[in-house]
Amino acid sequence: MMWTSNLPPFIPFFVAALLVLATRGWLRGAILVATPVLGGLHLWFDVSAGTGFSMSILDYELVLMRTDKLSLLFGYLFHIAAFIAVVFALHVRDTTQNVVGLLYAGSALGAVFAGDLITLFIFWELLALTSVFLIWSSRTRRAIFAGFRYLLFQVTSGVLLLAGALVYYQQTGSTAFNFIGLQGIAGWLIFIAFGIKCAFPFLHNWLTDAYPESTPTGTVFLSAFTTKVAIYALARGYPGTELLVYIGAAMTCFPIFYAVIENDLRRVLAYSMINQVGFMVCGVGIGTALALNGAVAHAFNDVIFKGLLFMTMGAVLYRTGRMNGSDLGGLYKSMPKTALLCIVGASSISAFPLFSGFVSKSMVMAAMIEEGYSYLWLMLLFASAGVFHHAGIKIPYFAFFAHDSGIRTKEAPWNMLLAMSIAAGLCIFIGTQPQYLYALLPWTVEYWPYDTTHVLAQLQLLFFSALAFVWLNKQGLYPPELHSVNLDAEWLFRKVMPASALYVYRTAQDAGNNLKRLMMMPLLGARTLFLRSPLSSYHLAASWPTGSMVLWIAVILGGYLLLDVIL
Amino acid sequence: MRKKNEKQYLFDKPENVTRLLRGFYIICAALFLVDFALHRHISVDWEKIPAFYALFGFVACVVLVLIAREMRKVVMRKEDYYDVDE
Repeated sequence: MMWTSNLPPFIPFFVAALLVLATRGWLRGAILVATPVLGGLHLWFDVSAGTGFSMSILDYELVLMRTDKLSLLFGYLFHIAAFIAVVFALHVRDTTQNVVGLLYAGSALGAVFAGDLITLFIFWELLALTSVFLIWSSRTRRAIFAGFRYLLFQVTSGVLLLAGALVYYQQTGSTAFNFIGLQGIAGWLIFIAFGIKCAFPFLHNWLTDAYPESTPTGTVFLSAFTTKVAIYALARGYPGTELLVYIGAAMTCFPIFYAVIENDLRRVLAYSMINQVGFMVCGVGIGTALALNGAVAHAFNDVIFKGLLFMTMGAVLYRTGRMNGSDLGGLYKSMPKTALLCIVGASSISAFPLFSGFVSKSMVMAAMIEEGYSYLWLMLLFASAGVFHHAGIKIPYFAFFAHDSGIRTKEAPWNMLLAMSIAAGLCIFIGTQPQYLYALLPWTVEYWPYDTTHVLAQLQLLFFSALAFVWLNKQGLYPPELHSVNLDAEWLFRKVMPASALYVYRTAQDAGNNLKRLMMMPLLGARTLFLRSPLSSYHLAASWPTGSMVLWIAVILGGYLLLDVIL
Repeated sequence: MRKKNEKQYLFDKPENVTRLLRGFYIICAALFLVDFALHRHISVDWEKIPAFYALFGFVACVVLVLIAREMRKVVMRKEDYYDVDE
């Protein structure tokens, strides 16, 4: 068998995708589930840091596998995420989604184990090309257009990465993917490429646009991989880049305002995803061992709790066909288990003590204070309260409680419940036993989140945020859920830019017409003069219709023919 | 859809909601008071304010929601806003 320790982890996924294509029914299900399990066990038991594999194409060496603690951590994470997502989607009888799910997870693994920028680029583009099918799988008009817009952003990111990689090679003579930093044009090109996939402000709207349009199960896959690959890439290429602290702080704050007024609950989660990625970006930017550990640990936890939240909303969408807060409510009556699992996810993302978010977010916050960013720390604290507000309370409240929408449905199917329970179990396990996650973290640092100060401060913050929610609701100040679209950076791309392009086009067209008229004037003048002159009354000077010219040519040619016959 | 004579669920009874809220208020009050009994480590000046985290959490969320409400006046459009002209 090929189970050698230096088998690049993406290969089993790509092979399994082919097998899935050729099988049906329970066998296909078995392959789907077995792939992440066997791949994950293989990675855990057989692969240790330092294992490598590379392949030569022409004169170029592609490093398909570079393992250290950082890539291994994301490797484990992506196997867990793929397993949970596959179980959640086990009822789906759609070959496209089955195949693409595995290819997408495999591409993410390929990207985090890539040792050089060209290999990274290949998987970077594969991530885009595979994931877009998960959006298109909804097969609605909206999803198809959103998918194209998504692809536009992702491919731009890939092109920038390739351009950056080539300049980098030209400058340094190497394409090894290690620390890059913001030096020179290569550094910036790659930075922006990573930034697009990371959903930096103004480059973020592919995420809030496309994720909520995917299928109930597709969004679970989508939420796990793309942004986390980007965090991995930033942690590898740009640790300690101060600009990232400011970008990250902005990312934690601006989406929460949108999340409060957004009606589509999966779009609320998409905004809250940018907010969580913001904490990780801050951690990478601070760049101390504690901060970097916090960033990657938070990425690890976020995949699981954000996946859990997307799964509960997916289950609601699957059972009711609705996703707007204004149309839902009271679902705890028919889906009590899903409601409970949603509350576990909500507690984790809100960083309640004993849940997973707490043990990783507190690392980033602590590192921020240590490095003296006290104003930005205040912003992050604001964002922490805000997260609880929109993801921690709003999601479970408007879906499962609030006003009874009258919808009565069935509990989520068993495979969905199983996947959600695994994720919820991991949230609580990591939250209560963080030492196991900490042992996997790449940098060595002593940290323990559970002391009186941290726990008390966090509980006060969260309970009083909840108190604000209760008070605002009782006062009638809480913005009601309304059917609406909220303008975002998207507006620039979809309204301002097309409108300005149209304006430029129209102006150019007008200018062209004017120029033509200007050029025609002397010509027309000459013609008028000519027509006044006696020459114009000469028979041949008159303008003739084309038809008569053709007729005369035919007559002449006919004459030639006759002459030819006669002579 | 909802039927008559349907089973009464947990939060259908108003007294259960009241009970839940009362428990919640008691926890909030307790957390507020504990701040004066326990010693927190202070790393930033702001943390010296008594019950800083409680006050900050409450004010932050009220400010967040009030700003978001105002934001609606500027950014909210009809659901088909992007569907026309495309």
